[in-house]
Amino acid sequence: MPTTNPISPETRAIIRAQMSRRGFIAGAGGLGAAGLLAACGTKSSSTGTAAAVKDLSDTEKVARWANWTLYLDYDSKTKNYPTLEAFKKSSGIDVTYSEDVDDNNTFYGKVAGQLKLGKDIGYDIVTLTDWMAGRWIRLGYTQAFDAANIPNKTNILPVLQDVAFDPGRNNSLTWQTGFAGFGWNKELLPKGVRSVDELFAPANKGRIEVLSEMRDTMGIIMQYQGVDISQEFTEDQFMNAVDFLEAKISDGFIRQVKGNSYKEDLISGDAIAVIGWSGDLFQLATENKGKFDFAVPDSGGTLWSDNMMIPSTSPHKKNAEAVINNYYDPAVAAQVAAYVNYICPVEGAQAEMEKIDPTLAASPYIFPDAAALSKVKVFAALSPADETKYQTAFQKATGN
Amino acid sequence: MAFVAAVSKRSSVVRGIKRPSTPYLLLIPGLAWLAMFFIFPLINLASTSTQTPGDSGEVGVYVQTFRFANYFDAFSGARDQFLRSFLFAFIATVLALAISYPLAYAIAFKSGKWKNLLLVLVVAPFFTSFLLRTVAWKQILGNEGPVVAVLKFLHILGPQSGLTASAFAVVTGMTYNFLPFMTLPLYASLERIDPRTLEASSDLYANGITTFRKVTFPLSLPGVVAGTLLTFIPAAGDYINATLLGNPRTKMIGNVIESRFFDIVDYPTAAALSFMLMAAILIMVMVYVRRAGTEELV
Repeated sequence: MPTTNPISPETRAIIRAQMSRRGFIAGAGGLGAAGLLAACGTKSSSTGTAAAVKDLSDTEKVARWANWTLYLDYDSKTKNYPTLEAFKKSSGIDVTYSEDVDDNNTFYGKVAGQLKLGKDIGYDIVTLTDWMAGRWIRLGYTQAFDAANIPNKTNILPVLQDVAFDPGRNNSLTWQTGFAGFGWNKELLPKGVRSVDELFAPANKGRIEVLSEMRDTMGIIMQYQGVDISQEFTEDQFMNAVDFLEAKISDGFIRQVKGNSYKEDLISGDAIAVIGWSGDLFQLATENKGKFDFAVPDSGGTLWSDNMMIPSTSPHKKNAEAVINNYYDPAVAAQVAAYVNYICPVEGAQAEMEKIDPTLAASPYIFPDAAALSKVKVFAALSPADETKYQTAFQKATGN
Repeated sequence: MAFVAAVSKRSSVVRGIKRPSTPYLLLIPGLAWLAMFFIFPLINLASTSTQTPGDSGEVGVYVQTFRFANYFDAFSGARDQFLRSFLFAFIATVLALAISYPLAYAIAFKSGKWKNLLLVLVVAPFFTSFLLRTVAWKQILGNEGPVVAVLKFLHILGPQSGLTASAFAVVTGMTYNFLPFMTLPLYASLERIDPRTLEASSDLYANGITTFRKVTFPLSLPGVVAGTLLTFIPAAGDYINATLLGNPRTKMIGNVIESRFFDIVDYPTAAALSFMLMAAILIMVMVYVRRAGTEELV
């Protein structure tokens, strides 16, 4: 089971960004350096890198993987990742695993300049959420898989076999999938939170937190307002939900709008009810003896996926493919799912999970059945122009 | 500037004895550094600030159209956060001055053999990361923390209220984080005061308050000006305190720039806001330094 770190993932990410050299150049250099990169980048063509990167996999047995925090089975005693160690031994590929993704936008902001210029971003695998993965694929920032190197690719769940942002899944494979819904403190809210109205109950005023991930927070509010978020919707429908959010913020209901770090506020008691992610809440519940609970909203939650992709700048494509292939082995996938508690995208992992922990194998949040999936929707793909427009409205509503 | 002047003055002395180009050659590393890490990024920032979205509408793709109205749009969209930043920075600076002055005074005049230890204690927080210190305030002011417990016991705070995620917490964090920047210059100028001026003051029958008002405080003014500048400038651009200790209604201009840059990928607005922040601070500082009239500072 995962260990709690006294520092929040958000804080760790900022500290890491300050300390690492890459972070210093691209991050702490701030607008100066990054703006410079952006300015240079616009001169080149907007899509794709012209020269293909040479694959050095046969001579350099390494792969560098950027992932989110608490997203791979971790053994706190040996301080390593068991499935990754096993892979390193069997394949001879030295995998550098880093929890460098704290937020899709922030990660993109850090590497966008290098991607545009075709300079190695320092990762051979990146793990990003659907819409951001779509942006990378659209801009030609990924390398297409060589299917022969990923034979386990066929193990992907049927529902994930074909996605709008990557038809045929030649550029991306799902890492984990999860729900966004309500999380709450069971000691302070024994009745629980099942609807948006219950979330914004007067008693919770000032102790509610929502996600800074636009599609999750807005997706839940829009469904509460009766909008089908999986289909194209109108600007008015989106802006109605923005108005709702803005009112809840100006009335003081919402304490903060943030990423993963809502977890520490739940633990400290500063927040008692949140819009959060299923896996986070299950990890919290496990670590705190069931003090917290999670539910998909009655009016509907969101379903999102994080996807493994090989950046266009990676010189270790074949190694990266070997890593991806490894995690589509049902036995390995089950081991990961037992730790991260998110939805496992690999067919056959449920049977393997039976051997590890039968209760987890029955969990609708790791292996959801049709009934559970019917309550959640995937946020519709947005055109780049809409993306900018809606993100601007969302950021403004949240005080930025 | 002073450095350049000093170097050129000296060069006129050595001119004729040695090669006159030496001082200029010595300046090259410094100028190159300045050009690479300040002027070049600044030009790029300026060029980014007048760009507009490309025809494709792709996220983060901008073309140069010299649209100076970007500045107007950027300001009208973030006026509240601008004003809030300066207000918070001003309050934090005043509070830091109010806390630091007695502290620096005590260290300079009353601490005796403890002087060095006290100075080390003032600097000690710098040994920890800025972020960790700010996160620590989250716990100090948190609902389970000691401050809230005491205030609730005294019935100053209601049972349901807290202190974090508020303007109060943001200003507290800023005051705390920039306190050493205020204390050290104050201490430096107080410590330099010749004790004989204070003796002379009492010889002329001035009481303690008059001595402070007419002698100590005026002589410490360079420290006050330096301290307030060193506190106000970084405080106005800070966004860590607002991120960790604030709520959506206490966002500062730094938060807006961050969100424009990373979340919306709107580089032009982010660049325009950065420029305006720079300009606003520069103007305020110029007016302030003029009025304070401390030549010794620069």
